[in-house]
Amino acid sequence: MTQLDFSFLTWDVLRAFVSKGLLFSIQLTVMAMLGGILLGTLLAMMRLSGRKWLEVPATIYVDTLRSIPLVMVILWVYLLLPFATAALGWNNFAPETTALITFTLFEATYYSEIMRAGIQSVPKGQVFAGYAMGMNYRQTMGLVVLPQAFRNMLPVLLTQTIVLFQDTSLVYAIGAYDLLKGFEVAGKNYNRPVETYLAVAVVYFVICFSLSMLVRRLQKKIAIIR
Amino acid sequence: MPSWDWQLYCTDMVTEEVAPSCFGAKGYETYLDAMVHAWGWTMSISVLGLLVALIAGSLIGILRTVPNRKVALFGEAWTELFRNIPLIVQLFIWYHVMPQLFSPLQSVPSSVLMVAAIGLFTSARIAEQVKAGILTLPKGQRYAGQALGLTLPQTYRHVLLPMAFRIVIPPVTSESMNIVKNSAVAFAVSIPDLTQFALQSSEQSSFVQIFLPVTLLYFISAYIINRVAKLIEVYVRVPGILGAK
Repeated sequence: MTQLDFSFLTWDVLRAFVSKGLLFSIQLTVMAMLGGILLGTLLAMMRLSGRKWLEVPATIYVDTLRSIPLVMVILWVYLLLPFATAALGWNNFAPETTALITFTLFEATYYSEIMRAGIQSVPKGQVFAGYAMGMNYRQTMGLVVLPQAFRNMLPVLLTQTIVLFQDTSLVYAIGAYDLLKGFEVAGKNYNRPVETYLAVAVVYFVICFSLSMLVRRLQKKIAIIR
Repeated sequence: MPSWDWQLYCTDMVTEEVAPSCFGAKGYETYLDAMVHAWGWTMSISVLGLLVALIAGSLIGILRTVPNRKVALFGEAWTELFRNIPLIVQLFIWYHVMPQLFSPLQSVPSSVLMVAAIGLFTSARIAEQVKAGILTLPKGQRYAGQALGLTLPQTYRHVLLPMAFRIVIPPVTSESMNIVKNSAVAFAVSIPDLTQFALQSSEQSSFVQIFLPVTLLYFISAYIINRVAKLIEVYVRVPGILGAK
């Protein structure tokens, strides 16, 4: 039985080791969310376009990535990227850059499924109304369908973002310096791994739990408006 | 560029000698042997983890619908706890923290800790589905059971659960595919699963020919579990409800 002693985790230690990692985890989450929603919406529109040559590649992309473990995807990109970019003369990617690219590409598939459901949740009459007003496809999509789809799906999109935030801990596989790594390094330096693993669990829990509470409140609000 | 040399799968991992047969040659451990072995680890962890998740998840899901605030609160707390911490962190807690705090756990092999970690992690998700399944049943069913003089456990056993479990099979199916994918984090505690195999046996130059089959195996494993769950779904279907034929 080991005695737990958290006294070494002072603000200075946290600032020295953890803040950098926490910042990266948040940065990765936000950027992958924005990129993922953008790319995901595009993929969803491709899948709903009714044109085979757009539909098939998007479906293959989404279904393939969704059935591979994220860890494998991270490793694939990490190992493949140098080959792909060597021709362009770019070399030596930091694991953090790789993580950013991977998470945007990977999370786009999950966001695309959400957006697809969102677009389909908008009544067909809205589309017809748009066309009847003389709008073209882009205007109907951009001004009528997508704004509503976004609003309907906002809670689900945010819930997925919480999952994304948890998933960012998997950059452990390529050694990027995230929240988990920050605590781990602190634990190694002070020879207190038990306490730091507990602490990182608490930090993840507090962040994810409060975010999911916020989403729940938002959900209630939106439900009333509708 | 990555090189292609499928002969690799027939060579011994240590001596780099070509074995007389690619699979199961005596005295050799070829890359193919190692990969099949690693697949076994991935599948056993997934299946055992799923078992833990189903048992714990159903129990917690039921507790969350029981008309007793304290019991329900315990269920809620369990779900929130295991849902809001990343799996890899939970795994480290099981692997690095628990044995330090509870010394009997020190003699437990890491694969068992992995099963516990992934099982309880998934149990929160299953509990969520089970709770939703029970709550979609009309309230009248519960009252009818009690009006007939059934005790609460009997009401659950004979009235609510037979329907609720059938309702939750499709979402639980997708959860069972997730467990195969999530099991890939086992590499972090040096369990010789597929991801660990991929990491250890691939060099920069030849990683594609290791990673491609490994990725395909994950694909196939998730597909197999999906098919099995679909068969169960068809088998337990109640005629007349929920899209039954």
